[in-house]
Amino acid sequence: MTRYVVGRIGQALLVLWAAFTLSFILLQAMPGDAVLIKFLNPEFGLSADQVAEIRAAYAVDSNVVVQYGHTLVNFLQGDFGYSLQAGVPVSAQLATNLPPTLKLAGLGFLAATLLAIFIAFLSSMAPFAWLRNAIQSLPSLFISIPVFWLAIMLIQIFSFRFRLVSVINPGPWESLVLPVATLAVPIAAPLAQILIRNIDEIRTRPFVAVARAKGASETRLLWRHVARNAILPTLTIAGVLFGELIAGAVVTETVFGLNGIGGLTEKAVGNQDLAVLQAVVVISAAAFVTINLAVDLAYPLLDPRLRTGHGAAA
Amino acid sequence: MSTSANPVLDVRDLHISYSQGDERPTVVHGVSFTVEPGEVVALVGESGSGKTSTAQAVIGLLAENGRVESGSILLNGEDISRWNARRLRSIRGALVSLVPQDPGSSLNPVLTIGAQVREILQIHGRLDRRTADRKVIELLANVGLSQPELRIHQYPHELSGGMKQRVLIAIAIALRPALIIADEPTSALDVTVQRRILDLIDDLRREHGTSVLLVTHDLGVAADRSDRIIVLQGGRIQEQGRTADVLASPQSAYTRKLLSDAPSLSVAKPRPPVKPGRPAALTVTNLVQDFSLPTGKNFRAVDGVSFSVARGTTHAVVGESGSGKTTTIRSIAGFQKPTSGEIRIGDLNVASLRSEALRQFRRKVQLVYQNPWASLDPRQTVQAIVEEPLLNFDPLPRAEREARVRAIIERVGLPATVLSRLPHALSGGQRQRVAIARALVLEPEVVVLDEAVSALDVTVQAQILELLAELQRDLGLTYVFVSHDLAVVRQIADTVSVLHNGRQVDYGTVEEVFSSASTAYTRELIDAIPGKKFPRAEKAQQPIETGPLS
Repeated sequence: MTRYVVGRIGQALLVLWAAFTLSFILLQAMPGDAVLIKFLNPEFGLSADQVAEIRAAYAVDSNVVVQYGHTLVNFLQGDFGYSLQAGVPVSAQLATNLPPTLKLAGLGFLAATLLAIFIAFLSSMAPFAWLRNAIQSLPSLFISIPVFWLAIMLIQIFSFRFRLVSVINPGPWESLVLPVATLAVPIAAPLAQILIRNIDEIRTRPFVAVARAKGASETRLLWRHVARNAILPTLTIAGVLFGELIAGAVVTETVFGLNGIGGLTEKAVGNQDLAVLQAVVVISAAAFVTINLAVDLAYPLLDPRLRTGHGAAA
Repeated sequence: MSTSANPVLDVRDLHISYSQGDERPTVVHGVSFTVEPGEVVALVGESGSGKTSTAQAVIGLLAENGRVESGSILLNGEDISRWNARRLRSIRGALVSLVPQDPGSSLNPVLTIGAQVREILQIHGRLDRRTADRKVIELLANVGLSQPELRIHQYPHELSGGMKQRVLIAIAIALRPALIIADEPTSALDVTVQRRILDLIDDLRREHGTSVLLVTHDLGVAADRSDRIIVLQGGRIQEQGRTADVLASPQSAYTRKLLSDAPSLSVAKPRPPVKPGRPAALTVTNLVQDFSLPTGKNFRAVDGVSFSVARGTTHAVVGESGSGKTTTIRSIAGFQKPTSGEIRIGDLNVASLRSEALRQFRRKVQLVYQNPWASLDPRQTVQAIVEEPLLNFDPLPRAEREARVRAIIERVGLPATVLSRLPHALSGGQRQRVAIARALVLEPEVVVLDEAVSALDVTVQAQILELLAELQRDLGLTYVFVSHDLAVVRQIADTVSVLHNGRQVDYGTVEEVFSSASTAYTRELIDAIPGKKFPRAEKAQQPIETGPLS
């Protein structure tokens, strides 16, 4: 068991390091650098020599390997460097932009999970075949809705038509309702699909028939025998879908005008603000790795077969 | 147990149908029978006979698309066939309980053994946790499970198949039901475990006076364990009566056919002894096969197995699960290199072969697998399936390939019309014939039959065994026949190796091994063959009707 935990944590750190290194290489491979973009602007009126001097000061002209080592050591110490465009430390930018995104992503993920479970269990408890079919087609509908369109429709309907959620000076939680809904829908869809398929599959297992032969009610069957077995494979997919969440946040933040990592990333890409981009990549990777590590560690808690490593001989 | 003289179960004129698309075919047509208190009644039939549907209806567990069309099911005098779900739940487990077919998949993998036995007590009564736990331990001890205090904290994957079936039996007897439905309770278990489990059901029945409805395809089991037998075919009762009477003088032609096809009940006509001096087609010498475990240790799956198979004869490799029989044949087929020892096919040393030579070698050894539903590609026609091995070797002109496919399909007793069909349009027996044709089309020297008849109904099994014997006579084939079923082995093999925990514990001609086994293990295996109670002498003269080809 300890070997399993240590192994998984080691793998997570390895992935994180690989993400850092690959993003460093890719960002270095881009032509030009942020110093050139900012200071070659004719408005500054700097000569080529002066630009070269600034580049030396920022150490962007030094050896790539030296830069890599330098940046890695700084990252390990929590120093993400300076944003050239904004002129402030990247960590300061993250401090203002990260919390709203974390809140949005966390709530979005939670809402997606609840929505998926709700759809799946509703469909398995539906008394009529037509109702079951209708509920089961919801995920495919959800998955085909473009996020930006959904966001605009939600604003149109709930803010302008029914005036339920105000768009001007909303409260801190009120402002999150529609973005969270926007984010949750496309992520809930694949989760619900997999959950529905698992529930249907588990229901046909002989142990469910045995439980029924004990006199168990349908509710008991569903919660005690089917649910826990059906959740297991869904967990892995939930971890992978977290990547979608990060991509979805960029669009959602833009449409709803939220200040978050999405907006920060968008600006940084336009300005080739390498320090910011590097930090965003590493932070996203860290979030992704953490979620998947949590999933891996939760598995043995839910599935006793994984606890002993391998089962006793038959 | 019912104190009145009334039957525990009284099924009258039962009709069951299943919805399939727009149709609703009836699969059980007017079945009537009774089960008296303390009686064991065997419901016998092949797949599709309606025996499982009938049993499921009795406990109200028909599949979602199934329905009782008419008739009544009286449990202790009350008709439950029209009861709603809530009332049915109140008797399930309490008045009538179930021992399922496959213990491996019949326990919830994420709940402890204790929780799963306790559940039935909790559903049907308020019991505090400690009383319930004490009762669970008592029940587990009652079904002969060692260390019950430890078992309640274990999960199903930590128990063997036989132990799991004991747990399921503990659940079934927990509330002292009047009737236990045992649906093929031992068909997924090894033969020695099967006997112990059936003994256990017998003991518990005597102790509690419970009635048992035993659903089985195995006439040997029915013969040994039941008071009365009901023979079902195509959803209709062919015959019912006291077990001894039905076996001694079967009234219906179908029962006679079943009896004659059951290997455990038939008197094996000894195969003519093999003439000495035939060259060996296959020689295995001191085969050892190790596998490395994730823990770094080695597991020795096969430990010093040696046998030799003369050309044109059948050698059986017998053993229970985990005995190393599958590992042995995988080595023979060249799928893995032996850790040590030698395998010779004719004059070829299999272990020395590499890449292209190994590929060429495969035409000399062909396999037929257990499950004809899984071993044929569902998207290829029979023509394509049988033709494929030819395409892998010497290029043949198309016309000749087709001629050979046609010839071999005819040889295995199939009409040429099957060539254009897909496997799902064929019956199990027909599929296994296709699998045999695919193995034979390359004219191999050795055919390895891996439990090749185990998944088939008894009459189909008899036909396939007949076909194999005929092909051997006509084509001089050499078979390695892997089986857990000693009754079949006695019927088809010339020589036999008995494997136990990777070692060969007995080896010799079938007659030697069966009449004077040298080890206790082999004797136990032979003793465990069901059908001992069957009155053999009276049976041999029954006329046998030949049915249509499966």
